[in-house]
Amino acid sequence: MDHSIIQIEKLTKSFPMGKSKFTALYGIDLSFGEGEFAGFIGPSGSGKTTLLNIIGSLDVPTTGNVLVLGNSVGELTAKQAARLRKESLGFIFQSYNLLAVHTVFENVEFPLLLLKYSTSERRNMVMDALAWVGLTDKVKSKPPQLSGGECQRVAIARAMVKRPSLVLADEPTANLDAANSHNILQTMVKLNRDLKTTFLFATHDEKVIGYLRRKVYLLDGKIDKDEVLSN
Amino acid sequence: MKTAIKLAYRNLIGAGLRTWLNVIVLSFSFVVIIWMKGILVGWDRQAKSDMISWEIGDGQYWHKTYDPFDQFTLQDAHAPIPPAFKAGIKNGDMLPVLISQGTIYPEGRMQSVLIKGIDPGQDILNLPTQKLDTTPDIIPAIIGTTMARTSRLKVGDHVTLRWRDANGTFDATEICITNIFKTNVPTVDVSQVWIPLETMQSMLLMPDEATLFTIRDSETTQPASENYKFMPVKTLVADLESMIKTKSVGQSIFYVVLLLLALLAIFDTQVLSIFRRQKEIGTYVALGYTQKQVVWLFTIEGAMHAILAAVVGAIYGIPFLIWQAKTGWALPVETSDYGFAIAETLYPVYSVGLVISTMLIVMLATAIVSYWPSRRIAKMNPTEALRGKLQ
Ligand SMILES: Nc1ncnc2c1ncn2[C@@H]1O[C@H](COP(=O)(O)OP(=O)(O)OP(=O)(O)O)[C@@H](O)[C@H]1O
Ligand SMILES: [Mg+2]
Repeated sequence: MDHSIIQIEKLTKSFPMGKSKFTALYGIDLSFGEGEFAGFIGPSGSGKTTLLNIIGSLDVPTTGNVLVLGNSVGELTAKQAARLRKESLGFIFQSYNLLAVHTVFENVEFPLLLLKYSTSERRNMVMDALAWVGLTDKVKSKPPQLSGGECQRVAIARAMVKRPSLVLADEPTANLDAANSHNILQTMVKLNRDLKTTFLFATHDEKVIGYLRRKVYLLDGKIDKDEVLSN
Repeated sequence: MKTAIKLAYRNLIGAGLRTWLNVIVLSFSFVVIIWMKGILVGWDRQAKSDMISWEIGDGQYWHKTYDPFDQFTLQDAHAPIPPAFKAGIKNGDMLPVLISQGTIYPEGRMQSVLIKGIDPGQDILNLPTQKLDTTPDIIPAIIGTTMARTSRLKVGDHVTLRWRDANGTFDATEICITNIFKTNVPTVDVSQVWIPLETMQSMLLMPDEATLFTIRDSETTQPASENYKFMPVKTLVADLESMIKTKSVGQSIFYVVLLLLALLAIFDTQVLSIFRRQKEIGTYVALGYTQKQVVWLFTIEGAMHAILAAVVGAIYGIPFLIWQAKTGWALPVETSDYGFAIAETLYPVYSVGLVISTMLIVMLATAIVSYWPSRRIAKMNPTEALRGKLQ
């Protein structure tokens, strides 16, 4: 528990649905330690994305407590939440969400622009991040010119460039073929090992599940199973 | 802020054709506003300087009952030249003018006119009064081109002039048109006949009398007189000024519409991009922007249209505006019917203040229409924005 970076206690999340409400998460208790490579697994609608969004401070719990890197997500102001994301969290999305009119370099540089780095520092960090994902030859390309696999690698570089403590990846392989999926997963495994970054996935992709060292199964908004692989 | 500007710039340029269409429409507003306002300033200056050089000099003394818009008081609006004015008249710094009503009969028709007596040797006004010095046997007269057109008189024509003298007795004589002058100032042209002052004084039995005095320089000559009140240039051009102001209101409707069209296009672009770019908005938030910062980003992006428009407008606008200032803008209508001083060609005059105030107004307006729809971003749910599901 000493090194836990996420602590979730009695989390419920419900959404208003017309006059009633729909509860997507019920009484979740979980904690994750530094350097974990874990994922939420479950069928569509089981609440994976909802849980990931709350951990990412993009959404707030309805009840319960979610502590991320010492910040209680439900109690953060918009500014504090933005700061937590800016400084410590990386996001990887199913549809990459790259800025189409910006070059690969500019896309990866973006998170650094929000932090106070000098131009040369930014340059070095961006080039390092692109080296991790093997895209140093595409710095000047724009996302529409890249393949899906390349786009997701740019997104990984963008998430990793500021060396966040925690990366949240929602279905990162859903739009990729098998070869590309394995490629980006191996990249993330390597980054997890080398940089001690914690990775949290939301997925139902067997290929992803195969790489996870901890599998949290969700079913209808509840934890069904929590499997930790011993190495 | 620097980051937002950089990002906004990239996004805007990245949007391509749509941006440039907006920018071009907006740049029209810039150029047209500056041009139209410049025309008005140019007109104002031209009209005033024409009035000064053709009619009012550096101010006038008016007989206390003289009112150029009242024909009935004109009969009494004359008095002997005050002794205090004599010196100024003698050395040519004051110009007496006697005004009375009369009638001419060109080709048997009847036309009522103002007879104005003026010293043929004067050099305060541009009127070609030296032409009143030429014919000793018949009374010489000069008229303007508009008067010549309405009366169909030509140089050398003789025409009967009838007037009432100081005793109220009618009398008539022949006059000869010795010159037709061209002027932009209708108040020395329309329905007016200029004859030598001394001739007129004896015709009207008003020896040594005058209605008004035009002075050369208000700094030096300011003698007082109880029969005459001094009218400074400012007062004499006040009507012209208020008329130009009225024109400028009518004119601004034109460019306000143009500006509104440009702003509407930008507003539309903003509304559309906020709708279409939800995922991008969600991404900015995920990467660490607050929603307020994203509002700013989109506002800056929209407002930047105005900056690009200023640049684009400068590219074609500066040559156009300079060319206009040089060659002028020929009015498409017959100007002499306007009833006020207006040249056939107007030369726009642009000031730094005009350019800067236009830029500020356009930029502010653009910023507002950019900000207005962007406010919605602050109310978005970032997770829904990321899914692109907002309506
Ligand atoms: N903003 C919302 N308003 C209402 N209901 C929502 C909202 N977000 C999610 N839900 C509901 O909550 C449940 C869980 O959604 P969530 O997106 O977390 O599922 P998921 O496990 O990520 O599914 P998938 O594998 O399809 O991505 C779903 O039934 C969904 O309809
Ligand atoms: Mg999901």
